[in-house]
Amino acid sequence: MGSYILKRLISAIPVLLGITIIVFLIMSLIPGDPATAILGAYATPENVAKINSDLGLDKPLVNRYFIWLFNMLTGDFGRSYSLNRPVIDEIFERFNATLILAGTAFVLCSILGILAGVVSAARQYGVADKIITFIVLIGISIPSFFLGMMMILLFAVNLRWLPVSGMFAIYGGGDLPDLISHLIMPALALAAVATGVIARLSRSAMLEVLRQDYIRTARAKGVPERRVIAGHALRAAMVNIIPILGIQAGFVLSGAVYIEIVFQWPGVGRMLVDAILKRDLLLVQGGVVIVAACYVLFNIAVDVAQSLLDPRIKT
Amino acid sequence: MSALKVTNLSKTFLQGKSLFGPPPAKVHAVRPTNFIVEPGETLGVVGESGCGKSTLARMLVGLLEPTEGKIEIEGQALNNADPAEFGKLIQYVFQDPNSSLNPRKTIRQVMEAPLKRLHKMPKKERDDRIAEIFASVNLREEFLDRYPHEFSGGQAQRIGIARALAANPRIIILDEPVSALDVSVQAQVLNLLNDLKRQFGLTYLFITHDLAVVEAVSDRIVVLYFGAVVEIGKAESIFTTPRHPYTKLLAESAPVVGRPLTAPEQKGAELPDPLNPPSGCAFAGRCPRATDLCRTDVPDLNNMGEDQLAACHHPLEE
Amino acid sequence: MMTFLKLLFRNRLAAVGGIVLTAIIILVLIIPFLPLQNPDITATADRFQKPLSDGHLVGTDHLGRDLLSRLLHGTRLSLAVGVSAALIAATLGSAIGIIAGYFGGRTDNIIMRGVDMLMAFPYILLALAIVAALGPGLMNALIAVAAVNVPFFARNIRGITVGLAGREFIDAARLAGMGHTRIILTELLPNVLPVIIIAMSTTVGWMILETAGLSFLGLGSQPPQADLGSMLGEARSALISHPHTSIIPGIMIFLIVMSINLLGDGVRDALDPRLRSGALSRPLATTLVQRQGNIPEPTDDLLAIQELETQFHIGKRIYRAVGGVSLAVKPGECLGVIGESGSGKSVTALSVMGLVASPPGVITGGAVRFQGEDLIDADYESLRQKRGDRVAYIFQDPLSTLHPLYTIGQQLVEAIKSHHKIGNNKSRERAIQLLKDVRIPNAESRIDNYPHEMSGGMRQRVGIAMALANEPDVIIADEPTTALDVTVQAQILSLLDDLRRERGLAIIFITHDFGVVAQLCDRIAVMYAGRIVEEGPTAEVLDTPAHPYTKRLIACVPELGGGRREMAAIPGLPPVVDDLPPGCAFAPRCDKAATECRAKNIELEGAAPRAVRCLYPEEVI
Repeated sequence: MGSYILKRLISAIPVLLGITIIVFLIMSLIPGDPATAILGAYATPENVAKINSDLGLDKPLVNRYFIWLFNMLTGDFGRSYSLNRPVIDEIFERFNATLILAGTAFVLCSILGILAGVVSAARQYGVADKIITFIVLIGISIPSFFLGMMMILLFAVNLRWLPVSGMFAIYGGGDLPDLISHLIMPALALAAVATGVIARLSRSAMLEVLRQDYIRTARAKGVPERRVIAGHALRAAMVNIIPILGIQAGFVLSGAVYIEIVFQWPGVGRMLVDAILKRDLLLVQGGVVIVAACYVLFNIAVDVAQSLLDPRIKT
Repeated sequence: MSALKVTNLSKTFLQGKSLFGPPPAKVHAVRPTNFIVEPGETLGVVGESGCGKSTLARMLVGLLEPTEGKIEIEGQALNNADPAEFGKLIQYVFQDPNSSLNPRKTIRQVMEAPLKRLHKMPKKERDDRIAEIFASVNLREEFLDRYPHEFSGGQAQRIGIARALAANPRIIILDEPVSALDVSVQAQVLNLLNDLKRQFGLTYLFITHDLAVVEAVSDRIVVLYFGAVVEIGKAESIFTTPRHPYTKLLAESAPVVGRPLTAPEQKGAELPDPLNPPSGCAFAGRCPRATDLCRTDVPDLNNMGEDQLAACHHPLEE
Repeated sequence: MMTFLKLLFRNRLAAVGGIVLTAIIILVLIIPFLPLQNPDITATADRFQKPLSDGHLVGTDHLGRDLLSRLLHGTRLSLAVGVSAALIAATLGSAIGIIAGYFGGRTDNIIMRGVDMLMAFPYILLALAIVAALGPGLMNALIAVAAVNVPFFARNIRGITVGLAGREFIDAARLAGMGHTRIILTELLPNVLPVIIIAMSTTVGWMILETAGLSFLGLGSQPPQADLGSMLGEARSALISHPHTSIIPGIMIFLIVMSINLLGDGVRDALDPRLRSGALSRPLATTLVQRQGNIPEPTDDLLAIQELETQFHIGKRIYRAVGGVSLAVKPGECLGVIGESGSGKSVTALSVMGLVASPPGVITGGAVRFQGEDLIDADYESLRQKRGDRVAYIFQDPLSTLHPLYTIGQQLVEAIKSHHKIGNNKSRERAIQLLKDVRIPNAESRIDNYPHEMSGGMRQRVGIAMALANEPDVIIADEPTTALDVTVQAQILSLLDDLRRERGLAIIFITHDFGVVAQLCDRIAVMYAGRIVEEGPTAEVLDTPAHPYTKRLIACVPELGGGRREMAAIPGLPPVVDDLPPGCAFAPRCDKAATECRAKNIELEGAAPRAVRCLYPEEVI
């Protein structure tokens, strides 16, 4: 198992390099003089000179890429011009908040989604199946930012159960209950779509598995139906559900951008949008690379989980 | 001149390709193989799963590039794997008749493809030719405008045969053509194949795992084991007087009405690991007659008299 | 096309989605003819008018612009952008997927590495990076959304293409002289197209959401032009004071996406051939029972199948797979049931313990009695207690019938523990003993193997061991050697024979192979079109078959040692069991058939143990 994890980590290196190349190429699409474009409103002559020497923008594309890559490897992601601080500091500060939000939402949508999918499949065409299918349909059709706004109206403004926005109360907050009360709405709004998608795909994965011959074998040997569903069928279906969880983690991370804006959550997503609007492109570059790298690592964890479940995967 | 001559034909697959790490493992799906099919003959090829019979068939029609060796049809060598070049001389009838017909094409479209692509026949001639072929495989012409899902297995297999005939080949490879069919339908198709052979002067290579079927339709039979020919002989005698212990095992394993049930003598039934093949005879591990010689030296195919060849160090006596 | 639409609108939800979507589309198409105000004219004096106020049906926004006009214009824009993005992504992605899947090998490898690379991004990062580089704007948002969705299509379509490219009809097309381009366009594309349409119809809603999302962030459409997303984004700051400005565009997005999703599901269901045959429903724990008519009296047989009728209800059609079959076995007896595919032999076997997949299977008549007790109307728990304990099954393909993710030890232990309270060590010992009983070498180490680590013959031995786990009285073996090679088959058959003699097991052996029944079974029953046409002791039936079908079927089977020969054949095809002729089902293929044969039901008659269902039998019995 150790060697398998190592092998997967090594195989992530080309993917990570690929990510940096893609980001670099996209950023090189910027029309006109790159230094001025990167700096946008901050393009004072000394800044332009500084960025030209920082990034070696007078050099050919390939050289520039390696300079940028080498700098990143030494932890130097450059300086944010809009915030006037190192990019890496800003990102790490923000990343915690995003992890709390997205992590909670991911756990929520995985558990709820799989549970709903299994119940739905086991009771196919029954009342529970119809209700779940209907809720799921609403869940995947409603934009998460709109759902978040409606939640604020209902639970924060009208019912006054929960705080409107932010991560902590401005006065006297900062403890865990405070965090949780701020977390409930954004986490639920963020989890809604992914829960729907996971529930749908879990349902069809379960239906597919339940038709397999080995389910008939389990029934033929007298295994109780509850165990057939929750043991034999779910275990086999998980082989197809786990990769979906990996993909949905990306969607949760993506959705966090909207939710952070709606709930003014101090995360990476909001930072990125602000940076784009302020054309602080070094911050965008650094943020995208770091978040993508974390996602790659997460997907390795997914693969490892998959190999633990499925002995047919060669480790 | 022989209809088909195969010289040293072999196929090796590489497994586990990777940029780093050890060189990929080699799997010898077909070891260097030689045989000749005479014009008008039916050569049966028999073997169990994993013996390389499908790989062999795919090489013969150009769907798979051989690793080594030569294929000659009527003295003409075909080297590069190009089904379009092979197609005019040698055609293929597939095991699963339904899977070999495109579900979204009418039978007419299926039938026209070889005439249009291989023979560049104009429309009028194509229609005549299709009518002629359909008559000879006992199919009604109204079937031409239907889709494959409307046909039973037996009918679909006739269509598959008709398509092979449309290319006007000299040789047809029949790859388990009746295995997916019920026995009552199986006999219909086998008899049809026999009639067509006479009518069109065809040569057949008949691949199957069913000993009784292969004996009933073949002139000569090749027995494959683990990618290599272990015995070649006349159909009427190869299973009654086998020289190779594997052929004997096959013949004794086939369930026959009136023969009491006994498991024939053998040690285990496991095939050797293709990634780690034994050094000598591949059958030695299961063979009751195996000696040390068998475990070290690969036996050559030797003449055992009366057109029978076997690759065995200790062949069975008559 | 008509059948497609009919299928689509039979799904009521899809119809609702279709109607709502059509209404919205018509509404935005007739915008130029509607008496709408200019959506971009600001009137700060009239800001935040409530809905239903004078001149503004749904009110005004923070700059006093007419919300209805902005809503319709925004809807048009959102729809156009979302659909364009979906079209672009589907076309590019499918092309990439088809090429990668068809050519395989290195081409596939390189393309899919690139696709994986793009999928390594949470999609919005890629979209944000593209918008950051190109600058905010609706066109750029469209490009970004299309670009991030290309990999999803590419991967999806590649998977389908790989499956199709391995199919034999592609090989056949190559042998017919077709080139790669022609094969891709005429052989592959027509088969992939439904999948592309399904993928598009289920993602178009998603793409509308994504473009709206980018606009919401202020990265899409730029003022004064507004799509639904940017309307929501602009209204957000007034959410608490004037919620209607947010709610109205939000509900519009929701309506559009919901109706597209409903319609998309309908399209998927209508295009997926598996759903049409009802195959996607999962089988229940036991077969449905809707029994009509009299229930036969108990007998003193160990297991008796009495006038059993099992049907498949698919759509409006009723397939009578088993039409009144009676069979019985005594302890230590081996009964062979022989027939061609579609004869109902497997369905008969599965009906015994309620294992026929249902839906669509329904048991509609007769009884199955184990030691006199009727299993057909038994409740689930008492049936379950007998499954595997008193009556056990061995199935055809040991690879698909063993669970791939449990070791064979776990599966054996589970079989025991489902019926006996027994400790872990004890049950493991018992499992090892079972493996030894079926002559698996190195049972102690083999027990921790997974099914895929064993050969076909070894797996079938595990299947047999599992059937023996609770020392059942009856074993029902459904074509247990059909998937095996002959040399392995011989071993499995002799193993089964030894086991039944040692343990006094009753075996019902389902097969299509006369050679196998001849060697193993004491008695046989021949089935045709869901009914028994002949039964009797094996030797008598095989030597002097009484039913013309049996006689001619035996003649069709080539026997080893017969040399080269012409084979007897039966013309015609077995009937389809949803439309059986009255009288003898074999009559249309029988050369002895007379008018009476086609007139009315023919009984199974004879002197026990021989019986035949024929008016003009070949032998008098």
